[in-house]
Amino acid sequence: QQPAQFTNPETPGYVGFANLPNQVHRKSVKKGFEFTLMVVGESGLGKSTLINSLFLTDLYPERIIPGAADKIERTVQIEASTVEIEERGVKLRLTVVDTPGYGDAINCRDCFKTIISYIDEQFERYLHDESGLNRRHIVDNRVHCCFYFISPFGHGLKPLDVEFMKAIHNKVNIVPVIAKADTLSLKERERLKRRILDEIEEHGIKIYHLPDAESDEDEDFKEQTRLLKASIPFCVVGSNQLIEAKGKKVRGRLYPWGVVEVENPEHNDFLKLRTMLITHMQDLQEVTQDLHYENFRSERLKRGTRKIEDEEVNKDQILLEKEAEVR
Amino acid sequence: PHAGSVESKNEATMSELVPEPRQKPAVPMKPMGINTSLLGYIGIDTIIEQMRKKTMKTGFDFNIMVVGQSGLGKSTLVNTLFKSQVSRKSSGWNREEKIPKTVEIKAIGHVIEEGGVKMKLTVIDTPGFGDQINNENCWEPIEKYINEQYEKFLKEEVNIARKKRIPDTRVHCCLYFISPTGHSLRPLDLEFMKHLSKVVNIIPVIAKADTMTLEEKTEFKQRVRKELEVNGIEFYPQKEFDEDLEDKTENDKIRQESMPFAVVGSDKEYQVNGKRVLGRKTPWGIIEVENLNHCEFALLRDFVIRTHLQDLKEVTHNIHYETYRAKRLNGNGGLPPMTVETEENHESNL
Repeated sequence: QQPAQFTNPETPGYVGFANLPNQVHRKSVKKGFEFTLMVVGESGLGKSTLINSLFLTDLYPERIIPGAADKIERTVQIEASTVEIEERGVKLRLTVVDTPGYGDAINCRDCFKTIISYIDEQFERYLHDESGLNRRHIVDNRVHCCFYFISPFGHGLKPLDVEFMKAIHNKVNIVPVIAKADTLSLKERERLKRRILDEIEEHGIKIYHLPDAESDEDEDFKEQTRLLKASIPFCVVGSNQLIEAKGKKVRGRLYPWGVVEVENPEHNDFLKLRTMLITHMQDLQEVTQDLHYENFRSERLKRGTRKIEDEEVNKDQILLEKEAEVR
Repeated sequence: PHAGSVESKNEATMSELVPEPRQKPAVPMKPMGINTSLLGYIGIDTIIEQMRKKTMKTGFDFNIMVVGQSGLGKSTLVNTLFKSQVSRKSSGWNREEKIPKTVEIKAIGHVIEEGGVKMKLTVIDTPGFGDQINNENCWEPIEKYINEQYEKFLKEEVNIARKKRIPDTRVHCCLYFISPTGHSLRPLDLEFMKHLSKVVNIIPVIAKADTMTLEEKTEFKQRVRKELEVNGIEFYPQKEFDEDLEDKTENDKIRQESMPFAVVGSDKEYQVNGKRVLGRKTPWGIIEVENLNHCEFALLRDFVIRTHLQDLKEVTHNIHYETYRAKRLNGNGGLPPMTVETEENHESNL
């Protein structure tokens, strides 16, 4: 059958369902948006500063940085903070999952077990909720994106970087980030980026791939997408301090030899990283849902057994059975 | 969450069937804070625009069912709503078509496009409903069909390797045609709506409204509304699913004043005041279908298509489908029964 075409809204043939996207829009604005971002990297790579800079907030107001002696006994912790950000009527509930202690120990062999367990737990919880009776209030705590911080001081990826990324690349979208980019000259940055990309390919690490712009997008958007793809991994500088530079107040870092501006595209890739994150937030969620979660789910269902270690899940099972008995 | 107080009211009727979940924090969460000191612009509002673009590209499904005695103008009305020959009675149908001996369910699909948005529209007609001498339980085949679509969706959802976009054949909207007797609802009308309002969104319409004067129309509508209320029939938009004050105000007005919509349908065009309009020609004048002074077709169209289309789908998915699903899970001691599937790829955790 030929699809009927009605173009002009004022023509007699106009039905009005072209208004559906606006109805969806209105509901989305009311509901708001949820996103979980995990941040992984050694201490002191600028992770917290970068997150604060990205979302113009202070997620870590009472932060105490432990000394080396304190870090010896520390294992990797998982700390989740949630913040609600509203802009022009649109609400974003952002959860940042921090992983202090990663890469700090002398022997980092068990470094990533905790992190992988956390990611799996969120999948497990979602699977459990999705299979439950009341699905009206399912909370999505699954990790939609993981910023993996690579040290700017090295010559590329370290063995720990490679091992960790290979362990999680089938569970979460990895975005590699080089922070504290102001320690590198522009040439050094290019060299480091190229080296890292080569090593990623060499080891078969799957990082998040930005989808190509669709053919019907405008040229500006297509160009922006090309530029973003070419700049990975992003080399960024973070800061929430306002410095006076060239007569304006900018966010940056003040050195005796000049000011590094966070939002200056010639100084670093901060704006690119932020643009990429915002314009691909929905895609990151979709890939998490359609690829990583579905993989987890089909593996899990094929195995068919519930984890015995997870007490809470057991309690729910007993509750369900009890309810069935009562009926 | 901040919307908690409104939603708990909505679940008063479902609470027996579906228990409330307990809060399960994954890890110690620091308390939420509302950020009020943005130093600049991040661009979060653009996310909504992305979603909007996505909806436009992927298109959407819409399934509308029409129920009522034969001759009430159901097929014509659907054609009028979508300005296309989408019902089972496309142009040139045989008016001497025999009334079937039992209720039949006929689903016809079309793809229509408007303003860059593609809609896969399925019209489900129910010839034979209410036409027999003995109409007892004639709503059963209809209820069965509706539940079968929920079952289809549920099966796909619990599949181990499931499709990215589950094909949606569930009935999003059921237009029930009331005969314009001018007196009251008939017992069959009440029985049908009582049974089906619990499984699908029902929108009652008064058919062939050009047989009533304005006063007769107003009186009849009032009487029908009263009868529906007295018999506890919750038609769409249901009071319990109003999400917030804005929705409630808007929907209250529709429920208490506009519904049931008294409509006239037509797929013929006539010239009136220099414009081509859809209408019915009589010796005493031309009845203009889209003229609000003549009938309420335009209100029905705007309601179903232009403002509440997405909501109809959401209530079907979040309420009616979930109720069906909960019943299925509950009725088998917490686990759905094993299915016997011959196809290889239909492994599931049922």
